[in-house]
Amino acid sequence: MRPPSTPTADEGRAPLLQVSGVTLQYKTEQHLVTATYRVSFDVFRADRFVVLGPSGCGKSTLLKAVGGYMAPTEGNMRLKGVPVRGPGPDRMFVFQEFDQLLPWKTVKQNVMFALQSSGKMRGRGAEAQAMRYIEKVNLVKFAHSYPHTLSGGMKQRVAIARAMAMEPDVLLMDEPFAALDALTRRKMQEELLQLWEETRFTVLFVTHSIPEAVLIGNRILLMSPHPGQVKGELNSDGSDPVDPTTGRKLSDRIHDVLFADRIEEQEALHHG
Amino acid sequence: MAELRAPVARIPRPSPPTRPEYLRDVIAGDDIGVVEKPLTLLQRLANQGWLRKSLILILIAIAWETYARRLNNPLLVPTFSATLEAFWNGIASGDIPQKMMNSVQLLIKGYALGLGLALLFTALAMMFRLGNDLLETLTSAFNPLPAIALLPLALIWFGLGDLSIIFVLVHSVLWAVALNTHSGFRSVSTTLRMVGRNYGLRGISFVTKILIPAAFPSILTGLKIGWAFAWRTLIAAELVFGVSSGKGGLGWYIYENKNMLEIPAVFAGLFTVILIGLFVENLVFRNVEKATVRRWGMQN
Repeated sequence: MRPPSTPTADEGRAPLLQVSGVTLQYKTEQHLVTATYRVSFDVFRADRFVVLGPSGCGKSTLLKAVGGYMAPTEGNMRLKGVPVRGPGPDRMFVFQEFDQLLPWKTVKQNVMFALQSSGKMRGRGAEAQAMRYIEKVNLVKFAHSYPHTLSGGMKQRVAIARAMAMEPDVLLMDEPFAALDALTRRKMQEELLQLWEETRFTVLFVTHSIPEAVLIGNRILLMSPHPGQVKGELNSDGSDPVDPTTGRKLSDRIHDVLFADRIEEQEALHHG
Repeated sequence: MAELRAPVARIPRPSPPTRPEYLRDVIAGDDIGVVEKPLTLLQRLANQGWLRKSLILILIAIAWETYARRLNNPLLVPTFSATLEAFWNGIASGDIPQKMMNSVQLLIKGYALGLGLALLFTALAMMFRLGNDLLETLTSAFNPLPAIALLPLALIWFGLGDLSIIFVLVHSVLWAVALNTHSGFRSVSTTLRMVGRNYGLRGISFVTKILIPAAFPSILTGLKIGWAFAWRTLIAAELVFGVSSGKGGLGWYIYENKNMLEIPAVFAGLFTVILIGLFVENLVFRNVEKATVRRWGMQN
């Protein structure tokens, strides 16, 4: 067991979020499903940590567990050395769905409400903080609009502003751009990187898109499906570089790792 | 294989013609004649809901007047003008306003109590599984039971007074509102619930800050249905039951005038009931809707 980290000069080196040996199971009407099996990884401060895997690898379930929405059946998760128990504003979620904004509040009220109801800030302070982050995502003109009048991309920007305004220890993003059209997605990815350059937040980002993982992440966790297990961790600098030893691009290497089983399966079929 | 493929080859396989590429500039919006044009006066008038509905009411009044005049039997159907006259006299003498106040006072008491209880039940149902079972069992048992059927029992329990009427009013409001509120709470999306819990909201603050606004369209429907049920129950109870604690309401006004064969006054009583219904629906509920669910884009 690692000792809980203390805020020292060494803090930057200690992992911010430690996930060790986490097995997640949930019950459907008929079955007990194992979503992930003994998953371990460490996220450090200012990481853009991407969890990448095909559908059914339990990556969203894993993120929900980090968010505190479900408890692991085995293993544990520690944020700054403290075990995760239940949802809390120190881990702000950005969901894939557009309906994550409260429809009865304007853009500004949505951001402020998060600050106020979590008890983080009140009154003027909350308002100033909200406007600061609304400005960061270029939505000042829409601060007084209700969510139903915004486009999908704008709604996601509000959700990001809302999560970032809380200045959480770690941002949890569950395929936040998956429901957007290709052009908007591309733009949002660049904006997210820009925001990271400005504020250096820590983000745990779940996606099933290899190009998105390569672009967004500095560290990519690869997972295999049924049940989700760790296949490896790779580094990325966003430019999809060619690996000198194998002579292949990062995205191709990821593709090979993720779909190796399927290729073997197909080969077996052909030879058989 | 070759035999199978042979017929496919005979199907013509057209390919699209090759065309030259082109790019062009589009005309700026200002240079195109009409991009946006105001509607004509008639079109704008036709867009006013209240105008269309008033037109319907006027047509009904004209039909009523014509029919009653042709029938010429004021004991069966008095004319619209006679009803209006009786209504006016009732107001001038202070009889209708006073009876109306009595009714509305009782109504509001019963309605408010019913709403409070409904909120309590649904909050319990959202927080505990047993509360959920309790609410589901009670609504399925009591919702189909007409409030008026409880009146004889209420008379035995609470005597000849306001309390018995309030009891049946609560019964008529409670289950309808609870049923709608509960189904509204349950249809709040998982994402919104997770958002609320992400902020650290739980228990009663989760109910008031997330569930109630998110379920507001259903709650509003429940409030409307509850209001209509309460109104009906009240008038019916007053008709069956007459005066309570020395002062009657609109139901009693109708009953009394029927006994004296003052049929235009009976119609005037009914007319008052309808007017209050229209007022509450079109002014109170409509404006609440506009300020809330429509503004939030939860209802069109």
